[in-house]
Amino acid sequence: MSRHTLSVLVENKPGVLARVAALFSRRGFNIDSLAVGPTEHDDVSRMTIVVSVAELPLEQVTKQLNKLVNVIKIVELDPAQSVQRELTLIKVRADAENRSHVLELVQLFRARCVDVATDAVTIEVTGTPDKLGAFIRVLEPFGIKELVQSGMVAIGRGARSITDRSLRALDRSA
Amino acid sequence: MTEEMTGAQALVRALEQVGADTVFGIPGGAILPAYDPLYDSTKVRHVLVRHEQGAGHAAEGYAQATGRVGVCMATSGPGATNLVTAIADAYMDSVPMVAITGQVVSPLIGTDAFQEADICGITMPITKHNFLVTDAADIPRTIAEAFHIAATGRPGPVLVDISKDALQATMKFVWPTPMRLPGYRPVTRPHSKQIREAARLMAEAKRPVLYVGGGVHKARASAELAELAELTGIPVVTTLTARGTFPDSHPQHLGMPGMHGTVAAVGALQRSDLIIALGTRFDDRVTGRLDTFAPHAKIIHADVDPAEISKNRHADVPIVGDCRDVLTELVAVVKNERAEGRAGDYAAWWAILDGYRDTYPLGYDEAEDGSLSPQYVIQRIGQIVGPDAVYLAGVGQHQMWASQFIKYEKPGTFINSGGAGTMGFAVPAALGAKMGLPDAEVWAIDGDGCFQMTNQELATCAIEGVPIKVAVINNGNLGMVRQWQTLFYNERYSNTDLQSVRRIPDFVKLAEAYGCVGLRCDRPEDVEATIRKAMEINDVPVVIDFVVNKDAMVWPMVAAGTGNDDIKIARDMAPVWDNEEQES
Repeated sequence: MSRHTLSVLVENKPGVLARVAALFSRRGFNIDSLAVGPTEHDDVSRMTIVVSVAELPLEQVTKQLNKLVNVIKIVELDPAQSVQRELTLIKVRADAENRSHVLELVQLFRARCVDVATDAVTIEVTGTPDKLGAFIRVLEPFGIKELVQSGMVAIGRGARSITDRSLRALDRSA
Repeated sequence: MTEEMTGAQALVRALEQVGADTVFGIPGGAILPAYDPLYDSTKVRHVLVRHEQGAGHAAEGYAQATGRVGVCMATSGPGATNLVTAIADAYMDSVPMVAITGQVVSPLIGTDAFQEADICGITMPITKHNFLVTDAADIPRTIAEAFHIAATGRPGPVLVDISKDALQATMKFVWPTPMRLPGYRPVTRPHSKQIREAARLMAEAKRPVLYVGGGVHKARASAELAELAELTGIPVVTTLTARGTFPDSHPQHLGMPGMHGTVAAVGALQRSDLIIALGTRFDDRVTGRLDTFAPHAKIIHADVDPAEISKNRHADVPIVGDCRDVLTELVAVVKNERAEGRAGDYAAWWAILDGYRDTYPLGYDEAEDGSLSPQYVIQRIGQIVGPDAVYLAGVGQHQMWASQFIKYEKPGTFINSGGAGTMGFAVPAALGAKMGLPDAEVWAIDGDGCFQMTNQELATCAIEGVPIKVAVINNGNLGMVRQWQTLFYNERYSNTDLQSVRRIPDFVKLAEAYGCVGLRCDRPEDVEATIRKAMEINDVPVVIDFVVNKDAMVWPMVAAGTGNDDIKIARDMAPVWDNEEQES
């Protein structure tokens, strides 16, 4: 089992997320993380799906996904050749006494403090899952009151775009 | 053309434009607007069935018999959910079908309105694709897309759910309408490098087998298959959904593989060194325990659906493509190979296979008490009615016997429920097949269990003038389940006794009540005369109640969960395999 990051271009239509999610559950594949959002093209959404599967089941996942009529293109992003980021918002206990200590950690991790209350601060941090995990560990002693994490989003390095060719196809068919 | 009309009129017009000539269905509240213009259509014939499941299976039977897209129609809620079994069946057997359902008016969607069901959500995992249409303007394009998706690539069912307000709204009908399917690009042309590799392996193999599935006939590639088989001399096995794709009388045909396959077909796959799988998916009913299936074989796997390749069994040579294109190119390359002196020598292989075939032919024992043997009935139907007829079957013992003891010579002459195993398939599917091929003799071989699930469609057959023949193989039991109870549950017959042989119901009277002719036969000496009498009746459907021995079992059998090498030819009787594989 290993983690794989799939970038999936889909038609921006109602129900597409349900189709993708249902396919994973029906075929018995686990999704570690999933993020969906618009792209530079109005008719196309992009999903970033992280799955933990062995090599052969991964081939099945992508083939089955490709069979969904609303799925336009699937690319597996190699972590070494792509930028992969998650965003986490963390509400940490912090009063006058230890707030500066917390803010020091925020600096060290290049995170941002986005809200301050008398006995808590809310921190925004982006990065790889490893970095976020490390950050959460150093904050834990202060007391994490609430934590919310986005799915991973990822994009290939270099000048090439995975959307160019597929979107040309889309323009032709429209 | 551009014309102003309602969404409902546009639906009917679009159906006419895509060439749908027959629609099986039942009206109801949400779909009602569509039924009004349908009433006037001279091109689309609507067949009023008695249950929506019947509409779905009839559409399947029509599609399987003609190769065209079958169409069924139902209203929202229960109308739509009654189609679900047939849609699942069509999905498993890759049957091109379009199901059109009414939906509650769009403002009410999601409010648990009267007769509301999320049929798109329900059928998501059992359709090739589905659509919810809430704008009348989208109806023509969606219908064009639905038929295109259903019929191309790997065929399958497509559901179009249309809200009632979309059917009622006015719109501008434009035809032809461009399709918008940027994510749908089925690959049909095979990769030439893989074809050359396949041909090379075929020439080098010592024990090759052509493992032929339903996809070959769906690609209309029987002639190409025969050409390849005869060119190379490679033996052929045909799966349940491929029966007839290669003639049973052909000397290279070893029969059906799998759980109830012939010893020769099962043995050939197990001992082969090269399996050329065409339009087939290594289903568990064929492979038995996967880790013991064909342990020495390399696999060439050609299928139009890339997801089937290496799904169950790793393919050494994967070929994505339409089977007719694959076979055509394979034939051309193999001819070149042979012209340059590279041809396989399978004489030793054939000696082994002929041994299996001679030693373990299909057969059955007559019942000891002199009662009618179901196998005999089915065999005689095949012999008397002949290979030009279209045969259908439900699911269970009668289906396996219909596969084993009727000799199919022509593609598409055996239509049954393979992957889904849907009891009750035969009668409605026979209705659809006969409507698609009105000049063909259509025989449904059914079990008494199956028959009682969908026999209401006899009314449809009688009223619409569709004179099918139904041979009910009546052993008064859920026979296949009973067989498993005999073999694996200590002969404890829990809830398999239907008591139909006690004539509850009386199938002859039932037939008559439905406006059909009912015949009964319970003696071997009457079988031929009964079949001939049924054949003479061509104006109304005929139901024959063949009262047969309940203890007959389907053999050979590979018990579920065991490997194909453990095939039994009768209870506790295994074939004696020779040890030829040590020689090679």
